[in-house]
Amino acid sequence: MKNHDKYHLIFAYESRIFVAMENANTNPKMEEWFDAKLQKNEMVEPKDWMPDNYRKHLIRQISQHAHSEIVGMLPEGNWITRAPSLRAKIVLLAKVQDEGGHGLYLYTAAETLGVSRDELLDALHTGKAKYSSIFNYPTLTWADIGAVGWLVDGAAIMNQVMLQRTSYGPYARAMVRICKEESFHQRQGYESICHLAFGTEEQKQMAQDALNRWWWPTLMMFGPTDANSPNSANAIKWKIKRESNDQLRQRFINQTIPQIEYLGLTVPDPDLKWNEEKNGYDFGTPNWDEFMAVISGNGPCNKERLKARVDAHKGGEWVRAAAKAHADKKREMEFAA
Amino acid sequence: MSDSQGPIWEVFVQKKPGQPFVHCGSLHAFDKEMALQNARDLYTRRSEGTALWVVPSSAIVSSSPEDLGPFFEPANDKVYRHPTFYQIPEGVKHI
Repeated sequence: MKNHDKYHLIFAYESRIFVAMENANTNPKMEEWFDAKLQKNEMVEPKDWMPDNYRKHLIRQISQHAHSEIVGMLPEGNWITRAPSLRAKIVLLAKVQDEGGHGLYLYTAAETLGVSRDELLDALHTGKAKYSSIFNYPTLTWADIGAVGWLVDGAAIMNQVMLQRTSYGPYARAMVRICKEESFHQRQGYESICHLAFGTEEQKQMAQDALNRWWWPTLMMFGPTDANSPNSANAIKWKIKRESNDQLRQRFINQTIPQIEYLGLTVPDPDLKWNEEKNGYDFGTPNWDEFMAVISGNGPCNKERLKARVDAHKGGEWVRAAAKAHADKKREMEFAA
Repeated sequence: MSDSQGPIWEVFVQKKPGQPFVHCGSLHAFDKEMALQNARDLYTRRSEGTALWVVPSSAIVSSSPEDLGPFFEPANDKVYRHPTFYQIPEGVKHI
């Protein structure tokens, strides 16, 4: 099967989750009105008329974004108890708490489109919904925590800065909050990597090893190449995305290489070369077969991540039940009084 | 729609005393105390506010986008409600 077909299959499968929302809401006149609104760069708000496919696309994208934030807490949470100093520990705790917060902003933004939190969580827990494939890689050493903040959050910011101008109001507003908070994430990551890169030879090796393992998966975070990205055309047409996967990937590389050079580390890409003509770097091809394997559930940590989420949800069940019982009882007492 | 997370609440934050409360997002909670605590943890982690309002989403009444024209139309032809509508002779000050 060609890659293009594989992506189609995966995304077609994902969008089936929300098939219940489909109600043949086609209306040429309204679609014309909607397109004109987008042309004027006006934001779409929850109560506005919108094409079904726009709604479905947003639910898929925003909920996957939310899942990524929540699952993203796991690889970093892995190091909270082993942080090398109290300062490193409070920073990491604050960062992981932020990721949880970002997930919640995004879930509520998705819920404005008429889908419930339970449906969204269910799609994640049953493996129907995707999350960013990067979080299926393990954090093996402390250097990985620096690399995740610097590279993974750096790549996420590249995407999220663009999404601050996305056409759906609640999503754009969530992105503005998130971007404000993310820049701390990236800076603390780079600071942490600096300590290692300018430390002992052994520490420098740790930093290089982390860069070697995270570089390519980070580049894959921007998604398939434009030629192989079936959802991109609609996303651009509807102004959900304003730049393509390849454009964002190129900008990330251009910005990050000087940061790597400053550290005295080596980019694990023999094809990397400055191209004067395009005023950017040429780079090698990511291993898209690996990307497909990870996104289809066969990465190093997919099962572990999903199990951790399901266990956390089940483990919290009694807390939710108790909170609800307490609220119900109090309401009854207020009513009786 | 069943929701194991409790109902949705809208959160409004006042940045500084004296300023208006501004909508900043929503959250799930089972009761008002929990809504207020969750709002603090979710929307004021960096001292973004000095006061919070939480309101059950179901209590909010909003105008419909379809009403945009007719609903707000009565204000459109009343330019005389703005100070710039009036001409003041040159030389007259403090008005």
